[in-house]
Amino acid sequence: MNVMMLLEMAATAMSDRVAVGPLDGGLTGDRLMGDAAALAGRLRASKAEHLVLCDEPGAVLPVSLFGAAWAGVPYVPINYRLADDDLRRLAERTAPALAVVDPSGAERLAEVDGLEIVERNALSDDPAGGAQPADLSDWPMDPDAAAVLLYTSGTSGPPKAALLRHRHLVSYVFGTVEFASAGPDEAHIMAVPPYHIASVAAQLSQVYSGRRIVPLPKFDPDSWIDLVLSQGVTHAMLVPTMLARIVDALDRRGEALESVRFVSYGGGKSHRAVVERALELFPAAGFSHAYGLTETSSTVCVMGPDDHRRWADSDDPDEQARLSSAGRPLPGVEISVRRDDGTEAETGTAGEIWVRGEQVAGEYAEGGSTLDDDGWFRTRDSGHTDDAGYLWVHGRNDDIIIRGGENMSPGEIEDVLLTHPAVVDAAAFGVPSREWGEEVAVCVITRSPAPAADDLRELVRARLRSSRVPARVEFVDELPYNDTGKLLRRELRQRFASDSPGG
Amino acid sequence: MVELRPGARFQSTVCTTEVIVVKGTGPAELSCGGAPMAAAGSAERSGEPSADASEGTLLGKRYGDPDETIEVLCTKAGPGSLALGDVPLTVKVTKPLPASD
Repeated sequence: MNVMMLLEMAATAMSDRVAVGPLDGGLTGDRLMGDAAALAGRLRASKAEHLVLCDEPGAVLPVSLFGAAWAGVPYVPINYRLADDDLRRLAERTAPALAVVDPSGAERLAEVDGLEIVERNALSDDPAGGAQPADLSDWPMDPDAAAVLLYTSGTSGPPKAALLRHRHLVSYVFGTVEFASAGPDEAHIMAVPPYHIASVAAQLSQVYSGRRIVPLPKFDPDSWIDLVLSQGVTHAMLVPTMLARIVDALDRRGEALESVRFVSYGGGKSHRAVVERALELFPAAGFSHAYGLTETSSTVCVMGPDDHRRWADSDDPDEQARLSSAGRPLPGVEISVRRDDGTEAETGTAGEIWVRGEQVAGEYAEGGSTLDDDGWFRTRDSGHTDDAGYLWVHGRNDDIIIRGGENMSPGEIEDVLLTHPAVVDAAAFGVPSREWGEEVAVCVITRSPAPAADDLRELVRARLRSSRVPARVEFVDELPYNDTGKLLRRELRQRFASDSPGG
Repeated sequence: MVELRPGARFQSTVCTTEVIVVKGTGPAELSCGGAPMAAAGSAERSGEPSADASEGTLLGKRYGDPDETIEVLCTKAGPGSLALGDVPLTVKVTKPLPASD
């Protein structure tokens, strides 16, 4: 197995269809195949053991991803937003490598030993760089070969590289995408950063389905909307912060996006109010909510458009509640929610989420496999299921608040706060308490007229147990998110720990 | 007889067809064009599909037996048609999943 099989099939059946870029002048399936062969030849002629990509979303992404696969070296997209020293340290770990970079990356990485640097425009003009292009079908078929390394932002120590093998990614695509199923007019706007698993999954899925990729180099909501309008974009994948900003911009512009038929969101917590407004601003779109991790080759659970409609229209509160779930596991993926002692938690009871399936890698370049003997991967996310198999993701295990021995999910408290009309965003986290070990603290962003802290406490008391009532309520202008839209509760935990009575 | 496991790849010995196993494990009499299939890349092609097994395979389609014991995906098309023992494999129509990326 090799992800090149996916491109070869697509280029055979849809050779003239544009795979990436504008309809006029983009790379067709044939051309993408040719550029990947040329880059593979160049990689083979070099001593490179990795293909490093340090660039924004663009046509060089699929050329690099498939070219690396063809040559049999891992594709390693790195975060161009890192500080210079961190970026160089990361690049050093990949040497000897060929690095495809934007113009600023060429300068920033110039001093790194063992790195051959190719600027992205030079790569597009001459992907072979004087080498002989690789022969057709001449890619390694070892399913266990490493396909992609993705550096995760470690909270302590240097970043770890999650390792995805060809069999994980190919299984994911075969399991979730129907070959050549996209109409010739379909286009997917690719705005997620290249070093995010969603970018890798999107490239493979779009190429295999025959849907044109329209890359957006720098995300801001107005450029996103403009590109959707000018390119007739039909499909989009967004992390929650992007979706929230697009919804605000559409409201400001007084526009709705009629061409979009499909919006997938995931990679963090989404606010019900944002999703409900988005349903109005994308009147023709079906919505999907996906849950997945880097280590699981992206999506493992999904709630599709049919579910969105069905549960939104339901009169049954338990069914309506499914709107805030991550849906059900993909075919071939199993989910298990376990207690601390490793036994299966009852339906409706919170525990740690474990995942198993062909696409689940659960492996790091430095530490090897973390799967247990039966192939289960421990996500370190907390969640619960209902009796129909719907999964709710509460957040990282580390974010769980433990008050007087009782485990509380911050997501549950945030969801309640967000039902208040004046609360724009909310974060719940634990702060040290002499009496309870930890107590609930919340940071809220409000619009005027702002509610009193006691109003918010009363809201939580009325909806949840009294133990969930925040001891501390902070009104803030901003909450910390990482650049892929994950709320960083641990930063708040640290910031507010020291001046808490028990800290 | 070939040994099935998800991810295993097989080629026709009489036409250009290649498949990858999506579902199914263990020994199986997988044939294409009336001749036993071989591990991909392990055999030369010779001869032609027999007349009663020449409806062809379609690129990217999934094929399965009526009992749903196996499923293979066609990664290269060809003029031969697939069978498990005496049972022809037919195109499986799957309910499309919502795109998640």
